[in-house]
Amino acid sequence: MAVSAGTLRRPAEGGLWSTVWEWLTTVDHKRIGLLYFWTVLFWFLLAGVEALILRLQLARPDAGVLTPAVYNQLYTMHGTLMVFLVGTPAASVFANMVLPLMIGARDVAFPRLNALSYWVFLFGGILLNAGWLAGGAFDVGWTGYANMSTRPFTQSIGANFWVMGLIVLGLSTMASAFNFLVTIINMRAPGMTLMRMPLMVWALTVVFILVIFAFPVLTVALIFLWFDRFYGTRFFDVAAGGNVFLWQHLFWVFGHPEVYILILPAFGILSEVIPTFSRKPIFGYSTMVLAMGAIAFLGFSVWAHHMFTTGMGPVGNFAFSLSTMLIAIPTGVKVFNWLATMWGGRIRWRVPMLFAGATVLLFILGGLSGMMHASPPIDSQQQDTYFVVAHFHYVLFGGLVMAMFAGVYYWLPKLTGRLLDEGLGKWHFWLTFIGFNLTFFPMHILGALGMPRRIYTYPAEAGWGGLNLLITIGAYILALGILVFAYNLLRSLRKGEPAGSDPWDGRTLEWSIPSPPPEYNFEEIPVVHGRDAWWEQKRQRRVAPVGGGSNGDPHAPGEGHQPGPGREVIHLPKPSIIPLVLALGLAVAGVGTIYHPAVIALGLAITIGAIVAWAIEPPLQGAVHSKE
Amino acid sequence: MEKSLTPHGHEAVHPPTTTGEDHRKVLMWLFLASDVLFFGSLIATFVAYAQRVPHTPLHEVFNIPITSWSAFVLLMSSVTMALAVWSAHSGKMGLMRIYLLATVLLGVHFLADQGYEFYHFTLDGFTPRVNPVGSAFFTLTGFHGAHVTVGVLWLFSLFLASFRGGITPKNAIWVEIAGLYWHFVDVVWIVIFAVVYLIGASFY
Ligand code: HEM
Ligand SMILES: [Cu+2]
Repeated sequence: MAVSAGTLRRPAEGGLWSTVWEWLTTVDHKRIGLLYFWTVLFWFLLAGVEALILRLQLARPDAGVLTPAVYNQLYTMHGTLMVFLVGTPAASVFANMVLPLMIGARDVAFPRLNALSYWVFLFGGILLNAGWLAGGAFDVGWTGYANMSTRPFTQSIGANFWVMGLIVLGLSTMASAFNFLVTIINMRAPGMTLMRMPLMVWALTVVFILVIFAFPVLTVALIFLWFDRFYGTRFFDVAAGGNVFLWQHLFWVFGHPEVYILILPAFGILSEVIPTFSRKPIFGYSTMVLAMGAIAFLGFSVWAHHMFTTGMGPVGNFAFSLSTMLIAIPTGVKVFNWLATMWGGRIRWRVPMLFAGATVLLFILGGLSGMMHASPPIDSQQQDTYFVVAHFHYVLFGGLVMAMFAGVYYWLPKLTGRLLDEGLGKWHFWLTFIGFNLTFFPMHILGALGMPRRIYTYPAEAGWGGLNLLITIGAYILALGILVFAYNLLRSLRKGEPAGSDPWDGRTLEWSIPSPPPEYNFEEIPVVHGRDAWWEQKRQRRVAPVGGGSNGDPHAPGEGHQPGPGREVIHLPKPSIIPLVLALGLAVAGVGTIYHPAVIALGLAITIGAIVAWAIEPPLQGAVHSKE
Repeated sequence: MEKSLTPHGHEAVHPPTTTGEDHRKVLMWLFLASDVLFFGSLIATFVAYAQRVPHTPLHEVFNIPITSWSAFVLLMSSVTMALAVWSAHSGKMGLMRIYLLATVLLGVHFLADQGYEFYHFTLDGFTPRVNPVGSAFFTLTGFHGAHVTVGVLWLFSLFLASFRGGITPKNAIWVEIAGLYWHFVDVVWIVIFAVVYLIGASFY
């Protein structure tokens, strides 16, 4: 049986139901990547709408759009969604979309575990948000500080969903990280040594290492909170001797590495997009790798800079201030390397490059304001003001989300086979860029004027009305940009220009195979001779792109793919519904912990049944020949 | 768990991997590295609370001879586990079954000890609800017990599978990986025993 290229959009043989079934049972990393992508996009839009409602309330002083209670729920859920359902899974989105392609692998190490990660992510996200429907969402802020989040102070059921949702999501994040680390360690194509890996792969490697060390700590904190809320333990009961710093330490030991988990995928994307569109190899490859390693290492030693104002004393403050400033050095190295890569390059300002360039700019601004509150005396002025809100939106939206846009314009065509529209892309870019700065730049000023964050309104006499109105207008311009993006995406699926295998004159292996790639990715596992493996091959005319020429950048399609010595027989992983069932069992058990032990039992029964079936089911299907 | 795409043949053939190590083994090492942080956080919480929060006098509650015995039992189970791995690799299936079963029984013995211990602690008024130290103690040792339980179930299912031809010298790797997990859980207990029972009892 020959599988044709383009399995991602192969017309379903048995109609709608069989298409749905194919997606529910898929174990193909490319499809799972698309599932992740659409899911993350959905949560991003939801969290964005929440933010827009917040901005309506803040547009005028003493406004009555929202009650204080709803305001608190909205900002908490906005922050939680953006961090745990958009930023954290960004690594899994892009890793699924391109990581195996970039290292010359046919899939991930554990395809069914990969599907499981996705389904657990989906159900975890639903659990996290279920509080809205069950009578009110969590309202303590995305940091969930205990003891504020313990039962005496937060009775709402939304808190239960928040805690359980995050525990479940943590499982998904860790499972995905383990899977990709094994893939990177063990499935690189011959010749793909560590120091030849594309920087995107390096960035994701560092992210996943951070995940497996940081998430267990968060899980422990959440378990303590859970036990306090449900089983009467006294971890955060101050009257019984519990200490509220316990939560803060555990949360930030996780939390600071978490911010690198959020930003490093962006660094990876920039390190691929910038050289490609500057038509130059990345400047200082080894220093880039070293810098990421240093960031990961130092990232675990700075957590208490979130606690400067809690009375740690001068020694603690000094030490954490120092380590925080140190971490700026490797970060600066990266910025300089990107700039040096652009320097003297023949830059093509296509949409991915526009977003990448803007990311560097906005990230510098966000980094500078971050350096300011690395200093304890300054931080004690800025803490809990809008200055901090400005700072983290510059790094998270300006850094992470803008880079994700770059990554989507750059790589999504590899999976769908269709380019996004350049013209719409430019509208998207400019509306977003202008809207973003109108929204978040004035927040620095408001913060300096003393406007606290997490307040549902402010008095007219404070004089903050004008800037707040400007911010709200900016937010809606930004939203318009996002709408254009959504339209562009949907449009590209039907009417997008065919991407061809190598639309950007790429440097890395994913551009050497058709778009969309066949189920098994590579007909023959490529042999790698250096960095920028595909570019080298093109330069030396060793191989021409497979599956038709490329758009715009003519590379005379040469002799075609060299027929290898003897066709390989490829065994593909077998589609399976078990990951979905297992994830469902976990979710049911999670709901049960909130409502009734009988439901826990039901959930566990499903889970255990699925585990047994998993162990018995053969993982591979019959042979698929790579070529007719 | 699955193997990746194999270039030829069926289950028994392992795909050549970059490091030469089996995927599942690498996965287990990564998981254990991550689990260190899980137990590390639990132990750190216990120590931080035991040092500064007024609580039940632990040296009066703990029964060190009993816990020493169960620590010894768990250590012995590591020996039988190592022997099971060795027999699996050298194709001595009968011997492997005996050692697997011995490991399972020692693990169950340990769990029974823990149940006994928990029961007596609560009779003495040391419970998860009495104070933060109690919460930290029971959460830490409880999660360790849960790890042991998973290990016991896993080893027992390997034991059963070996009769159905599920474990052969070719996939002795399963026994090896379960062994890695089991040794890790033992080592964690040694740390808990030292830090919580021996040193911890002298805090405060
Ligand atoms: C769509 C554009 C966005 C707008 C208009 C927006 C607006 C806001 C507003 C109004 C707040 C509440 C401020 C307060 O009352 O303290 C907030 C908080 C927050 N936002 Fe955004 N935001 C946007 C995008 C993002 C993105 C992309 C991220 C991260 C990836 C993000 C992460 C956060 C976090 C972590 C908080 C803190 C929540 C808390 O205090 O617990 N936001 N944002
Ligand atoms: Cu931090």
